[in-house]
Amino acid sequence: MSATHTDSPPTTTPPIADEADPAEGENPLARLTPEQIESLGRELDAIHDEVYADLGERDARYIRSTIALHRRLVLAARALLLGSRYRPLWLAGTAALSVAKILENMEIGHNVMHGQWDWMNDPDINSRNWDWDTASPADAWRHSHNYEHHTFTNIRGLDRDLGYEIMRIDSHQRWHPVYLLQPLYNLVLMGFFEWGVALHDLNFDAIRSGEKSKGKVIDELKAIGVKARRQVVKDYIAFPALSAALSAALPPGRSGRRRSRAARRGFRATLAADFTANIVRNVWAHSIIFCGHFPDQTYTFSQEEVADETRGGWYVRQLLGSANIDGSPLFHLLAGNLSFQVEHHLYPDMPSSRYAEIAPRVRDVCRRYGLPYNTGPLSRQLGTVHRTILRLAFPGGRPRRKPGPTSPAGARTAPGR
Amino acid sequence: MAERGAIPQVPAVRRRALRLISSFTSPLLPDDYLELVNPLWSTRELRGRIERVERESEDTVTLTIKPGWEWPGHRPGQYIRLGVEVDGIHHWRAYSLTSAPGRADGCITITPKLVHGGRVSPFLFGRVQPGTIVRLGGVEGTFTLPDPLPARLLFISAGSGITPIISMLRELDAGGELCDIVHLHCSHTAEGVAFARELSALDARHPGYRLQVRVTGEQGRLAAPELDALCPDWPEREAFLCGPPGLLEAMTERWARDGDPGRLHVERFQPDAHIGDGERGTGGAIRFCASGVDAHSDGEQPILIAGETAGAQLPYGCRMGICHSCVGRLRSGRVRDLRTGRVHGQPGELLRTCVNAPEGAVEIEL
Repeated sequence: MSATHTDSPPTTTPPIADEADPAEGENPLARLTPEQIESLGRELDAIHDEVYADLGERDARYIRSTIALHRRLVLAARALLLGSRYRPLWLAGTAALSVAKILENMEIGHNVMHGQWDWMNDPDINSRNWDWDTASPADAWRHSHNYEHHTFTNIRGLDRDLGYEIMRIDSHQRWHPVYLLQPLYNLVLMGFFEWGVALHDLNFDAIRSGEKSKGKVIDELKAIGVKARRQVVKDYIAFPALSAALSAALPPGRSGRRRSRAARRGFRATLAADFTANIVRNVWAHSIIFCGHFPDQTYTFSQEEVADETRGGWYVRQLLGSANIDGSPLFHLLAGNLSFQVEHHLYPDMPSSRYAEIAPRVRDVCRRYGLPYNTGPLSRQLGTVHRTILRLAFPGGRPRRKPGPTSPAGARTAPGR
Repeated sequence: MAERGAIPQVPAVRRRALRLISSFTSPLLPDDYLELVNPLWSTRELRGRIERVERESEDTVTLTIKPGWEWPGHRPGQYIRLGVEVDGIHHWRAYSLTSAPGRADGCITITPKLVHGGRVSPFLFGRVQPGTIVRLGGVEGTFTLPDPLPARLLFISAGSGITPIISMLRELDAGGELCDIVHLHCSHTAEGVAFARELSALDARHPGYRLQVRVTGEQGRLAAPELDALCPDWPEREAFLCGPPGLLEAMTERWARDGDPGRLHVERFQPDAHIGDGERGTGGAIRFCASGVDAHSDGEQPILIAGETAGAQLPYGCRMGICHSCVGRLRSGRVRDLRTGRVHGQPGELLRTCVNAPEGAVEIEL
């Protein structure tokens, strides 16, 4: 099956010229024989089928309790923030709300909207009617992420998530003076990531080329507008007003002036708390997601390299193009298990709670086929990402040296620096 | 989209209040938080709590369910769709309501029969515990008593076909209307008769209700010609028939030949999900319910491609089974997963149309 073999492949011209570098190391994909690729595909299929045959009560309990945890956290956070004009309450409430928003965005929203829990056939936990507390309308995101990014992962010119159309994240991308500003606008993107993603889903290339009709663009803009309005009303009007009302009412028996001053302070403190929580969530999501495909270890692919790609070849591309982040179970939960980016890209529809369980088996497959299993601690992964963003703001640059085949589980190869 | 329960009858004031609060909960609903306290409070869909689980006969069990909101009512003979989770997966099944409408405790009852090898009935029969929350779909069915009530009635039921009839009998009993009713009931064994004691009690109490139980394991099946002996005035009676296909066919034929088919009311239980044991890769007809397009697959063509070939506008994405952009709900039929060869499909299940082909006729809600 060829990844580009669909009825309507994105017909946008690659925004980047493909400047193959002869000095570049050999892509491990080229080293495998078709037979090896096919048998690797069978092995990885088997892992998927085994997990899917085993899904049941335990998994259903996991996602339900995660969703319940999120909602309880929200209730706790909002309750604390009613007293936001008191510093300790502000801090505790803001922290709780930030964690709640992160959970909702990553482990719940992203994964539910991937269809990871559709097998439960539960109308309340379903990719078709889930909506999340971010700026991206669910439908548009599902298309640009589930379909475009997960099908064309790391194919230069097809995967619009490679640099998100505004960054030079791969040395094959042709330099342009505007990229000099990318370290700066990356900082802005960090803080307002959800808005970046929402605008990215519009697909400006498709709009420019006329592939996307004006009507559709207007509909999608309206949808973003609705999401924006709801976030603004909730986080910047409704809850601050509630805090203001409570601050004015309690304690009773104060003068009108003191009451209105307390109300103003309550309003501002809650507004600041909500804004902070949104920023924290955005920075966190940006960091985890940029670590998924942009650390030094990952490969990108030209369209020629992946022409006539088989299912096995698709798997290999996902393995080479994604990178994990090491961490504790709590870290993985907050990362929405996207810290198992490799496993997620092999099996986008597998319940995220299963990634940790299959990770040793995926690593073993990599070892036996002489493929890298990309992973590293957050500091290193994020460090290499930001180094790339800085370096590629300037002309030139070449792919970083790759770590090479993975060693047996546990021992990690030295990073190729 | 996965099936939901019926929209409950919620007081308008409450709905308005919830809508107001939703500014605070968006994109979630106030319901999502209230359900942490009590899942029955959902205003999105009607749910119920199983209050009691009582063995009715050797292979039937009666579940008493308390709906979360006031029961909208039903007519005896109608059925309800029940959503229940078994091993993490949500299933929907239709069951006749066995309770008479308007019970004082506000509860309803259903009486499922154990189907060996099934998914839902073994759970309801042996595993479900009081306190379990279920989803309640809409009340459906036209197998109901006419108004005004005909003077003479004939009930013919077999096995679990008693379930819509018992609701009618209870209603008639409560209204003192068991005046002239002949009831022929067939059961494989004497122990298998559901509601046996209640039926005998009615028989003893009301001279106008005459029950004849046929134990088919000993006496053989009820044949259409026997009607003349068992109930000589059958053509003059308004008849209600519910049972296995063989019985329905025989009786329908008899009414068509010697009676007035307009006076025969028949309830056909929806066939179980198992539609034949077709060979692998048979393909079949595909009906896209929402778009009204009919298509056909040779067994190798996925539903999506077959539909597009036939001109349907269908959602799609990766076309390789990973992105779930193309899912549609299966209304009926079975499909084959082209990746694994596995034949599967339950009514109400979400299918990826890009990697499944029909295995016999299917209906998809797309």
